[in-house]
Amino acid sequence: MKTMMVILLSAMLTDNFVLSKFMGICPFLGVSKKLDSATGMGLAVTFVMICATCVTYPIYHGILVPNGLEYLNTVVFILVIALFVQLVETALKKTIPSLYKSLGVYLPLITTNCAVLGVTVLNIDNGYTFLQSVVNALGGGLGFMLSLVIFSGVRKKMEYADIPETFKGVPATLIAASIVSVSFMGFSGLFN
Amino acid sequence: MAENKSLGKELTKGIIKENPTLVMLLGMCPTLAVTTQAMNGIGMGLATTFVLLGSNIVVSALRKVIPDKVRIPAFIVIIASFVTLIGFLLEGFVPSLYDSLGIYLTLITVNCIIFGRAEMFASKNNVVASACDAIGMGIGFTLALFLMGSVREIIGAGQWLGINIPVAHDNPMLIFIMPAGGFFTLGMIIAIVNKLKNRKPPAEIKCGSCENCALAGKCEKDGEKA
Repeated sequence: MKTMMVILLSAMLTDNFVLSKFMGICPFLGVSKKLDSATGMGLAVTFVMICATCVTYPIYHGILVPNGLEYLNTVVFILVIALFVQLVETALKKTIPSLYKSLGVYLPLITTNCAVLGVTVLNIDNGYTFLQSVVNALGGGLGFMLSLVIFSGVRKKMEYADIPETFKGVPATLIAASIVSVSFMGFSGLFN
Repeated sequence: MAENKSLGKELTKGIIKENPTLVMLLGMCPTLAVTTQAMNGIGMGLATTFVLLGSNIVVSALRKVIPDKVRIPAFIVIIASFVTLIGFLLEGFVPSLYDSLGIYLTLITVNCIIFGRAEMFASKNNVVASACDAIGMGIGFTLALFLMGSVREIIGAGQWLGINIPVAHDNPMLIFIMPAGGFFTLGMIIAIVNKLKNRKPPAEIKCGSCENCALAGKCEKDGEKA
């Protein structure tokens, strides 16, 4: 139980996917303008991460390893992820059309979100058990959501700030991200 | 002759005018993650260029065979195969680089640049043009990573390509190697690029009526006042 908590919290805080591993920067910069789309994106990514982990783990250990095909993991994992993203997309379109619209092009792009492929590969590389993998995916997804939500608040304030012409848009956003990242450095060493 | 010229254009546009990282803002994750050292930046850039070249050539060769509806999974499989290939090559021949790139090597699969070029360029153009496009984009990406890596390594570690830099080595600013420094450096570089891009002389201001104009007091166009 204790190791589970450590895995969950370190995936969320100390090894935050966005702010310390640089995975999923595109949606982080793209969807974090509004609080509700940030939350929706975070939930969608968390869901895809957990589902992808639940499916890729048995595939890796049940099919690829016994047949000596470990090197195919990239190809297989990315196809599983693409499948789940399609699923989420269809489900959202039917159930919450407003959220579907505000996520826009970033929804199909979850497929190419490094964080999702990253979490499935990291689970294998770190030699986690099935349960630990799922917890790691949950922590990673929640951490992703946390950074998106925090950053959407920062960006809301930034809209009223008087920024020099050259820094408007992406540069200012990146520098703000750097400051948020500094604040997450405060968590490092928490679980050693 | 005209064809050669346009191929040259495909080759060079990726380097500066449409630089994938600094102008089009694609492929941010590896740009931030592996650029703690200039050498890693070059390695990542070249590995990505290889995958880009391979996938662009294959996608463009198969562009009439792949049905439109399943093109995205098809592209992904092609890209992932090349990533697996470069993974094997690096592990065998340059194990040190393989270790330092780590998981980010696998993540080349989901680099938006490669997918973007397959979708936007290779699926619509012939093999030669696609290859030129890939090489140009690859060089542009490598240069951007090298620039990021150099800045971060010199300021953050006082070294450049592993060589100590006299003054900077005394007091390296460690934060530039940490994640926060990555965001900051990229923000600064993009700001400089924006500055250079906007250096063109500003367009002539077209006046409406001066009554509503905030600049009316300072305006030199007296003769045009309505």
